[in-house]
Amino acid sequence: MSETLLFRGALIEGTAAADVIVADGVIAEIGPDLSRAGATVVDADGLVLLPGLVDLHTHLREPGYEASETILTGSRAAAAGGYSAVFAMPNTSPVADTAGVVEQELALGEAAGFVTVQPIGAVTVGQKGERLAELGAMADSRARVRVFSDDGFCVWDPLIMRRALEYVKAFDGVIAQHAQDPRLTEGAQMNEGAVSAELGLAGWPAVAEESIIARDVLLAEHVGSRLHVCHLSTAGSVDIIRWAKKRGVNVTAEVTPHHLLLTDELVRDYDARFKVNPPLRREEDVLAVREGLADGTIDIVATDHAPHPAEAKACEWHAAANGMVGLESALRVVQQAMVDTGLITWGDVARIMSREPARIGRLSGHGTPLTAGQPASLAFYDPSPRRTFTTDDLRGRSVNSPYLGRELPGDVRWTLHAGTVTVADGALLDTPGVRA
Amino acid sequence: MRHLLDTQTLAREDALRILDVAEDMADTQQREIKKLPTLRGKTVVNLFFEDSTRTRISFEAAAKRLSADVINFSAKGSSVSKGESLQDTAQTLQAMGADAVVIRHGASGAPRTLATSGWISAGVVNAGDGTHEHPTQALLDAFTIRKRRFGADSRGRDLAGVKVTIVGDILHSRVARSNVWLLDALGAEVTLVAPPTLVPQDVSGWPVRVLYDLDEAIAAGPDALMMLRIQLERMNAAYFPTEREYSRRWGLDPLRLRALGADSIVMHPGPMNRGLEISAEAADSPRSTVLEQVTNGVSVRMAALYLLLAGADDPTTDDPAPTPAKETTR
Repeated sequence: MSETLLFRGALIEGTAAADVIVADGVIAEIGPDLSRAGATVVDADGLVLLPGLVDLHTHLREPGYEASETILTGSRAAAAGGYSAVFAMPNTSPVADTAGVVEQELALGEAAGFVTVQPIGAVTVGQKGERLAELGAMADSRARVRVFSDDGFCVWDPLIMRRALEYVKAFDGVIAQHAQDPRLTEGAQMNEGAVSAELGLAGWPAVAEESIIARDVLLAEHVGSRLHVCHLSTAGSVDIIRWAKKRGVNVTAEVTPHHLLLTDELVRDYDARFKVNPPLRREEDVLAVREGLADGTIDIVATDHAPHPAEAKACEWHAAANGMVGLESALRVVQQAMVDTGLITWGDVARIMSREPARIGRLSGHGTPLTAGQPASLAFYDPSPRRTFTTDDLRGRSVNSPYLGRELPGDVRWTLHAGTVTVADGALLDTPGVRA
Repeated sequence: MRHLLDTQTLAREDALRILDVAEDMADTQQREIKKLPTLRGKTVVNLFFEDSTRTRISFEAAAKRLSADVINFSAKGSSVSKGESLQDTAQTLQAMGADAVVIRHGASGAPRTLATSGWISAGVVNAGDGTHEHPTQALLDAFTIRKRRFGADSRGRDLAGVKVTIVGDILHSRVARSNVWLLDALGAEVTLVAPPTLVPQDVSGWPVRVLYDLDEAIAAGPDALMMLRIQLERMNAAYFPTEREYSRRWGLDPLRLRALGADSIVMHPGPMNRGLEISAEAADSPRSTVLEQVTNGVSVRMAALYLLLAGADDPTTDDPAPTPAKETTR
């Protein structure tokens, strides 16, 4: 059954108001004062229309860790946050290092139907950093993998990293590096600095991230490959990326919402909800990554959505797992940290949370222009309310959010995935709804 | 006082209060019958996730001399992966009716997690957590310095102007952290001496002077020189090249002992590595307060348990000392 939807009065990427008609899975018309017989009219007055968000860095935990999240529950969390596509990191069990696993993930994503689930393949077998996984097989599979990452682990061996960067050129792939020198971060518990000194927690120094990024941009330059830097978190890393881009290195970088808002001061109560890797950094770093995102040094925001069961966080800091859920809160945090501070516009939000992640991941049909004939993957967002973030806002299987109890702006009102409504009038649908 | 988790957030008045009550407790320990009825019917659990016989028996003696019932709970391997979680252990103790939990844990912050989680209603005393804090050790150190300096006239006094130099592995030392905050709160001037590898990367916010040269620190005439135990596994992690080199540069050898001012005291939280961070001559000299520290530890822990379990929530409105103590000393 096909339905036509007419959204009236949405602000196109936060600027001019227009009407949008969605039919047959695409934007049928977009412009002022539209009308169409039989269309269901939705009052979108004052809502910001964005292309459906694309997350280049999501942990969906399936297969293997279904107690934390599944592809279905994670897809629902994503839709609730305004996403129409997520890239699933390969640190599952088994690791997504073969065509079989990535095709299974793709199929589960299609069956869930809330968002496009695009698998990321592991760079090395079992993410052990020892030998390359069959990257070509994953690229050629039905999952069409273009992003490869050992996220959770750094591809630390410089020779393996060089080979990976070179090899994926054959199919326009990109290596997404988790930049963390393992020797400099043995036993690390939080950012190394004034706070770790007081708390007696082993430090994760900024240089452990920066030294790997510096090495990798030089390697990428040397072999003429595409490099993507995951969850960049320090002021020094921003400087290195800025320098590399000026040199013409083909590098892109992402920052997480939490590194745009939260600092290591939050660790003082040893509340493990704030334990994450890379760790929360200093205020100076937060300001530097905001500036880097605003000036284009950092290309995208990616959530690093990392669900964990309650018992992995309700424990002493050392025993707790690293990671935070982020899909449901990302857009609201970006509004608070970047838009409400005047650093970027909603047009920039469309770029950093939809177009660029889709482009970096070579994902077609997402991050497309808001023009007639394009796929109707859309998010309608109300930036005006301010509400306390609660577990009611979390729609995945885990509740390890650092924002619980914190006031955040905004509200996702409608999400469409290729014409299918997943969030209607602020409510996540139980099953992906009306096909428009 | 609801909990004793650290000295960093311990107010100066509360610290002085503990030290003064400890003076009263110390007086009772001079009597033939050392036991007081104060905490009769209360249950104190020593929850030790790390081995530490010295600290455990000190707390045990303190609780028993106040007539509390003591349960020793040795629970090694606390992490979720190794079996029972801290939550389950805590809730078990709650179900058994613990009034106070004295916790020693290898993870920094575990006592705070225990105190703030809602798992238990008992008061929590930190008996050393990871590389974070060891507040009763700092309190007994401050008590010892004060006692040596002011003797019977110690009550109510702080450590204004007293120069304390702490030597050794500052990076991994919960004793050093607790002492830095407490000594600063009491007005002492603190100097840290360590190999640069064993100083935290950023101590710019600490109220201390940092030196790398022990001889320079001794020349400055400290009133108290506190030698920290050096863990031999640090050597394997390349914090310093060899034990011998450490001992030569940062050990309190006889020559350095002689260079100390006449009234300076030598402290060590124990257990000592004789011949490494401290020479036998220093450890056994009349300047050494090592055994006094052990004795004072019981008094300070009695005071902490008393204030947690018998004292009112606001110590300033409470009777400053347990009644039996007063009778014997004044």
